[in-house]
Amino acid sequence: MTLDTKDPVYVTDSLIAEDIDAYLLKHQHKTMLRFITCGSVDDGKSTLIGRLLYDSKMIFEDQLASLESDSKNVGTQAGEIDFALLVDGLAAEREQGITIDVAYRFFATDKRKFIVADTPGHEQYTRNMVTGASTADLAVILIDARQGVLTQTRRHSYLVNQLGIRNVVLAVNKMDLVDYSAERFYEIVSDYSHFAKQIGMDSFLPIPISGLKGDNIVTKSPNMGWFQGPTLLGHLEEAPISDARMQDHPFRMAVQWVNRPNLDFRGFAGQIGAGAVRPGDSIRVLPSGKTTKVKSIVTFDGNLDQAVAGQSVTLTFEDEIDCSRGDVIVKSDEPCEVADQFEATLVWMSEEEMLPGRPYILKIGTQSVTATVTEPKYEVNVNTMEHLASKTLGLNAIGAVNISTDRAIPFEAYDQNPDLGGFILIDRLSNATVAAGMIRFALRRSQNIHWQAVDVDRDAHAALKNQKAAVVWFTGLSGSGKSTIANIVEKKLHALGKHTFLLDGDNVRHGLNRDLGFTDADRVENIRRVGEVARLMTDAGLIVLTAFISPFRSERRMVRDLMVGGEFIEVYVDTPLEVAEERDVKGLYKKARSGQLKNFTGIDSPYEKPETAELTVNTVELSAEEAAEKVVERILKTFS
Amino acid sequence: MTTQPATDTGISPATLTHLQRLEAESIHIMREVVANADNPVMLYSVGKDSACMLHLAKKAFYPAPPPFPLLHVDTTWKFRAMYELRDRAAEDAGMKLIVHHNPEAMEKGINPFDHGSLHTDMWKTDGLKQALTKYNFDVAFGGARRDEEKSRAKERIFSFRSANHRWDPKNQRPELWRLYNTRKAKGESIRVFPLSNWTELDIWQYIHLENIEIVPLYFSEPRPVVERDGLLIMVDDDRFPLREGEVPQMKSVRFRTLGCYPLTGAVESEASTLPEVIQEMLLTTTSERQGRAIDHDTAASMEKKKQEGYF
Repeated sequence: MTLDTKDPVYVTDSLIAEDIDAYLLKHQHKTMLRFITCGSVDDGKSTLIGRLLYDSKMIFEDQLASLESDSKNVGTQAGEIDFALLVDGLAAEREQGITIDVAYRFFATDKRKFIVADTPGHEQYTRNMVTGASTADLAVILIDARQGVLTQTRRHSYLVNQLGIRNVVLAVNKMDLVDYSAERFYEIVSDYSHFAKQIGMDSFLPIPISGLKGDNIVTKSPNMGWFQGPTLLGHLEEAPISDARMQDHPFRMAVQWVNRPNLDFRGFAGQIGAGAVRPGDSIRVLPSGKTTKVKSIVTFDGNLDQAVAGQSVTLTFEDEIDCSRGDVIVKSDEPCEVADQFEATLVWMSEEEMLPGRPYILKIGTQSVTATVTEPKYEVNVNTMEHLASKTLGLNAIGAVNISTDRAIPFEAYDQNPDLGGFILIDRLSNATVAAGMIRFALRRSQNIHWQAVDVDRDAHAALKNQKAAVVWFTGLSGSGKSTIANIVEKKLHALGKHTFLLDGDNVRHGLNRDLGFTDADRVENIRRVGEVARLMTDAGLIVLTAFISPFRSERRMVRDLMVGGEFIEVYVDTPLEVAEERDVKGLYKKARSGQLKNFTGIDSPYEKPETAELTVNTVELSAEEAAEKVVERILKTFS
Repeated sequence: MTTQPATDTGISPATLTHLQRLEAESIHIMREVVANADNPVMLYSVGKDSACMLHLAKKAFYPAPPPFPLLHVDTTWKFRAMYELRDRAAEDAGMKLIVHHNPEAMEKGINPFDHGSLHTDMWKTDGLKQALTKYNFDVAFGGARRDEEKSRAKERIFSFRSANHRWDPKNQRPELWRLYNTRKAKGESIRVFPLSNWTELDIWQYIHLENIEIVPLYFSEPRPVVERDGLLIMVDDDRFPLREGEVPQMKSVRFRTLGCYPLTGAVESEASTLPEVIQEMLLTTTSERQGRAIDHDTAASMEKKKQEGYF
């Protein structure tokens, strides 16, 4: 596609040549707008970005030369300049002709610096668009005037709205190909208005443009005298910026780092997420709720009289109160909520699908907590906005879930304050970022359910039995001998006068976990319930023995985290697969091998060996009796 | 910079300028690293971007000095003026300066005249990996910007490297909002680029506004140069082997980027003050990297170098 390259508008600000000092002064006061462009290659997005870069002189001669040669070699425009090449970066995607990621482009005018998140692509579209939109102040949704509102227009708009972007430009592109028809433009605007209402988008600004010809991009189009609105760039220069909007909100700052260079200074460093702060302001530290006053706002350039949303500062307090990374400093009489259960919208970003019940790391503000996610209440079909029933979320899926965290966290609803309402989920083993989430509201349950303090506590229960509570968690392949050994261990402990209880995998599945199958998600839930039951039993002072395959490290870890420190003894019953399969006491391996049994651990479902078990017993070297003796020794050692 | 929002321009008092926003973002990134890393380091190459980054680090941790050392992966072939500023800048900031020389390159006498691209590979790429391994650094700040080069436009701010320091462009973590996932497995390391969203013009404006000291080579003055392969190369010391017929000539030149002096092309210029340099930059029509010999190979050369561990 050849761009009309007559006089780029911003090439020669005459001040540059005539009075550079005046130019610099003027440009020191520019603001910055971040925006995202949504639309496929066919909508002319690359051409539009190329146009903006070119008009603001962001394409240098040598880049233009390299662009010309690239266009001849790998371009899709029959040797003409292919502006898609200017905005595509990585070698692999250039060869395949698809863009699979988010790229950031920069250009500037006299009034503003712009950062464009360019998120083309096909399969990965949702993930990339959500990433690009998360930092955007504004979204430009491109529509091909010949095509009108398409499925993908709806998808883009839905995502933009979910991410809380309040400034939406509907750029009806390729107006040159519909004879600059006002009728066609208003027809599209009317269609889109109808749809915008459906998804709850409050407002949008439609502009008819031609990226190729430059109509209504920088200057008003002589071809569309009927349009009275601003040009695209004119609007980008004037649109409000999110940080500025957040300044009207009550003060919030998540503490990043405590600055203690010496005994006389203790400052709390962070980037202000909302509102403004002045020395003398009463503030509250959440979740603790302790209050004090701001003593000073410290910066390298001197103490400030005031700091506002968007600034990175260091605060000192009048009083020495506890405050550390992860805490949120808020305006004392307008604090944010603190809760540990939420309804959230989740965008899944990993190839590995979501596992309800599995613990993930949730990072929100500056703190990381452990969180579990329920089965989705529904998944959203991003093309039709329909709500679908779903058991899990796969790559690029969006759904509503409940989330519970292992401790209460300060937060705000995402649409009120993205800084304290947006979060990511991280897989504990791979460390990958697997999801982005937006808190909608706290569940009432968590506000109303409090721990009931009891007078006869867990230590009292155990003391009466003259023992200490523990969970002895046997893990290993099916047929490794877990139940056999656990059974002998229980007999031995019983003989020693200990109060025990054996939770066996098969038995539990007849009752408590009757509703669960053997998918990965069900296995996770199976272990979670067993963990909770075991925990209750330790509160009653019992020594709990459990015999479950429990194949995943992260679930065993979850159970370990549930227990009081030192009360969890993981016993790895180490039996090689060949040996277990040869024993095949229940005939299950045969069934699995013949395909009658799906998701069988060791065959078509993985077993992750423990890395830090308290005890490993090798059943090839030891008899069941000998193994049990070792386990009993280990348990008694814990008590001594 | 006045961190107080601008009030004298008719802009609403609440609106931060673009440089204030960029500064706040860079500071936020640096603090996230310090709060999460075991043993961070800041790569310091003595160029203008490094100067900016160091200045931002001073701001991020004030009144404490930046709680990490500076690392210069040296080739022994930098301009003399760079060494002079390097030592002073570290001292002024109250930071420890670590200078690493690849011992193998030292022993073999690797130099830019005889060894071509091996010079960069051994001194810089291998040298950087050696230094990170030797001191067990798990996070390294770098001054790269997204506007420098096409493949960098998609680089994350937190960029993960495998245990052998390789970059996998297909396996990057999505970065949402201000939430950086800093978790890593044993042996893995992170390169962090706090200047990702700055452009060359932003850097210059910030240096101007904040009065940051930079190497005088950025300003024009008469310097001895020879013309070689289309580049004007400064004869900075007597290790420079002159070819037959080459006579260094005094020309009024300056440098747009700084690296090893035999590989860095000068431009003829009369710009001897910062505003004049900025003026010249705005009026010129070639991009910054044109002056560096390393990039002239293939379109994707930087990406390949990055996958191998070059910054």
